[in-house]
Amino acid sequence: MTVESLSFLEAILASAVSAGTIYLIASVGECITERAGVINLGLEGIMAMGAITSFILTLAYGHLAAILGAALVGAVFGLLHAFLSVSLRLNQIVVGLAITWLGLGLSGFMGAPEVARELLKSINPAVPAFLAELKQAPRLPELKIEPLNSLPVLGRVLFSQNILVHAGIITALILWFILTRTRWGLSLRSVGENPALADTAGVNVFAVRYLAVILGSSLAGVAGAYLFIGYQPFWVEDLTRSRGFIAVSLVILSSWSPLRAIAAAYLFGGVETLQFRIPLRGFGAETPQLIMMLPYVITIVTLILISLASRGRLPAPAALGKPYSREE
Amino acid sequence: MAENLLERLGPAPPQQPKVEMRGVTKRFPGVLANDNVDFTIYAGEVHALLGENGAGKTTLMNILYGIYTPDAGVIRVRGVPVRLRSPRDAIRLGIGMVHQDFRLIEAHTVAENVYLNYDGLGFIPKWSTLESRLEEMAASYEWRLNPRARVGDLSPGEKQQVELLKLLVRGADILLLDEPTSVLTPIETRMLFKTMRRMVEEGKSIVLITHKLSEALSVSDRVTVMRRGRVVLSKPTKDASIDELSTAMVGAQITGSGLEQGDSNSQDKSPVLQVINLSVMGDEGVLAVRDVNLTVYQGEILGVAGVSGNGQIELVEAIAGLRRPVRGRVLIRGADVTGASPRRLMELGLTYIPPESRKWGIVPELSLYENVAIRVARYQPYSRMGVIDWSRVMEVAERVVSDFKVDAASIKMRAGSLSGGNVQRLILGRELTTTNPVLLVAAYPTKGLDIAATDHVKKILLRLRRENVGVLMLSEDLDEILELSDRIVVMYGGRVVGVVGRSEATPEALGVMMSRGVAAGVSS
Repeated sequence: MTVESLSFLEAILASAVSAGTIYLIASVGECITERAGVINLGLEGIMAMGAITSFILTLAYGHLAAILGAALVGAVFGLLHAFLSVSLRLNQIVVGLAITWLGLGLSGFMGAPEVARELLKSINPAVPAFLAELKQAPRLPELKIEPLNSLPVLGRVLFSQNILVHAGIITALILWFILTRTRWGLSLRSVGENPALADTAGVNVFAVRYLAVILGSSLAGVAGAYLFIGYQPFWVEDLTRSRGFIAVSLVILSSWSPLRAIAAAYLFGGVETLQFRIPLRGFGAETPQLIMMLPYVITIVTLILISLASRGRLPAPAALGKPYSREE
Repeated sequence: MAENLLERLGPAPPQQPKVEMRGVTKRFPGVLANDNVDFTIYAGEVHALLGENGAGKTTLMNILYGIYTPDAGVIRVRGVPVRLRSPRDAIRLGIGMVHQDFRLIEAHTVAENVYLNYDGLGFIPKWSTLESRLEEMAASYEWRLNPRARVGDLSPGEKQQVELLKLLVRGADILLLDEPTSVLTPIETRMLFKTMRRMVEEGKSIVLITHKLSEALSVSDRVTVMRRGRVVLSKPTKDASIDELSTAMVGAQITGSGLEQGDSNSQDKSPVLQVINLSVMGDEGVLAVRDVNLTVYQGEILGVAGVSGNGQIELVEAIAGLRRPVRGRVLIRGADVTGASPRRLMELGLTYIPPESRKWGIVPELSLYENVAIRVARYQPYSRMGVIDWSRVMEVAERVVSDFKVDAASIKMRAGSLSGGNVQRLILGRELTTTNPVLLVAAYPTKGLDIAATDHVKKILLRLRRENVGVLMLSEDLDEILELSDRIVVMYGGRVVGVVGRSEATPEALGVMMSRGVAAGVSS
């Protein structure tokens, strides 16, 4: 392998991990939400809210505030989702879509120059408000982990990234451990499989579902923050571009395991990267839409393949999507 | 009365009862489920609670398990009056119940099911320790149960053992078993009874809720019979006779079944259904039916015996056009109908009574007459150019309800509010009133019905047989198969392992074939 092709491979892998982290943080959270029996189709909107929150808060108070703020905003949306879908037992699909439209609309509104400017002014008057109109914020710094960053390939792919990349992997590992090895995890999985049984065993089904939805949504908020300050730090409307929905489908690809979600997310990060790296000639150059479709086409194809491979019997949590009420 | 009972028990249990229920009454809208019931459980006994469906046995035990609160009455556990608000209260007092439908998480392992929300679990449970503890416990009852196995992969008998383990690790010593043998093979049943005897030797107490007399007699120390919410008899099993118990259960002496079979000479008649080398894929992606051959002649009932899950359902679904066979053919009156649609099959004279009829046979949210309309609305004179003639539909619905004795206030009632027996009558009535079958395929037509409803269904099957209809019937009840069938095929592992004429069939021989797949002393 020549030096050039090695460094090209490094570059591809590094940007696959970088792009995949958006999916990783969101779909690991969604894994937890779904294992508790709730599907959250609101990820798209929550991610957008996380992104806009991180934009304004980065300008106002810096990166840490941006990440925490995005998590908090995500949690608030999660609370709303849980209230509607767990307490009021509304159809989870409808609730999720409503939250997506709400988040997309509200984030678009907040990103409008005059609104963003006013928001920034009211949050921290000490910062010049016109900064918000530039639609940009400082990117998260690269964290070069010495001496691991001088390893071949891995050094650049894993150890010269920003901190949220590492946080994503660590979160996935921790959540996987909690889910499979701890008492909480067992209770949560039981709620997603058979809430009535978990209830009679003394598990607080409502509390578990609230927590799972809030945790998942808050991670979606962080994924949005990463998308903005860690990946593409200039604000455009529809910044998320259906990545939230792809994150939901990646949960199926990773068969509801936070561990496999790491691989699935980076795979899709790779797909997303490739669309910018495929040399555009002739037809492709005139109609970049075809290339832009790639992640979505591959999502659909993957879902079809998984469905065929599992002969239509996915290992989905048995109570996924079903509201639980005690009386029945 | 209580003193009287104790006296009659003689010297047997001199100790204080573990559980005493006095004057327990429970009312549901429109039903008095338990009417002033007394019930006592002693240490070291199997107490059979016998009665028909709806007699109030399960309600009484659900009260003891904290699922229902009684409207009146006192419960004492080890002499102390208690109030049970939830199953967890009951468990704390050492009372545990195994329900008829298993309450297990199929996707989880045995150990995960047993220890869900167990008090001494710790944040990071030591699964290997817990698993070996379960292994020991299972071994002490001679169960071969792997604590690491996924519950979804277990047999019904093993799932029942998991349910028992759940209670045992929580220290339950009063076990309430609701119809525990209904899902078991004869061999698993014997195994369970052995376990039960072992448990009572250890000083535990077991209540066996059952509607099967033979079970009560073979395994219990004491028997209590309930009828219509009341206790009608309670005595040591050794002093009870079959006649006495069955009279107590149904309220009157059953004078024969009243079912005259008469002999059919089916071999001279023409076949209505021929199944040739049929193989059918099951849901798990393995062949559920393997190379099955069978024939049903006019005017005969062919009974299919077998432990559930041996391909019977897939077989009848393939015949009824609900499952496409991988190999082989199905002929109705000589015409090849392999893979034909259910609608075409119906038009050729097939009538199908699905298993779990409440789930597959009716739309519970619709009224009775709408459920009848589902079947006929496509055809004249019930509809013209796609517009339903509701008055005609209601007319035929009224006929179904009166001819088949469906106990319903009105045909405008929701079908879902009918009891199991009445749903089955409605379906049979609908199918038989609105079609003119040459072949009836009935999957477990009497499952879950009480004696009166079962009797009615049996009479209908025999009437059809007299009218020269060919009947293919699945049943889990060997007595019923022996009573009704002209010939019996036994299925095991998806294959037909034996075909026996009624006169040569014995329950023992069929039982052996059903559980081991070999014909013992019976040529096939």
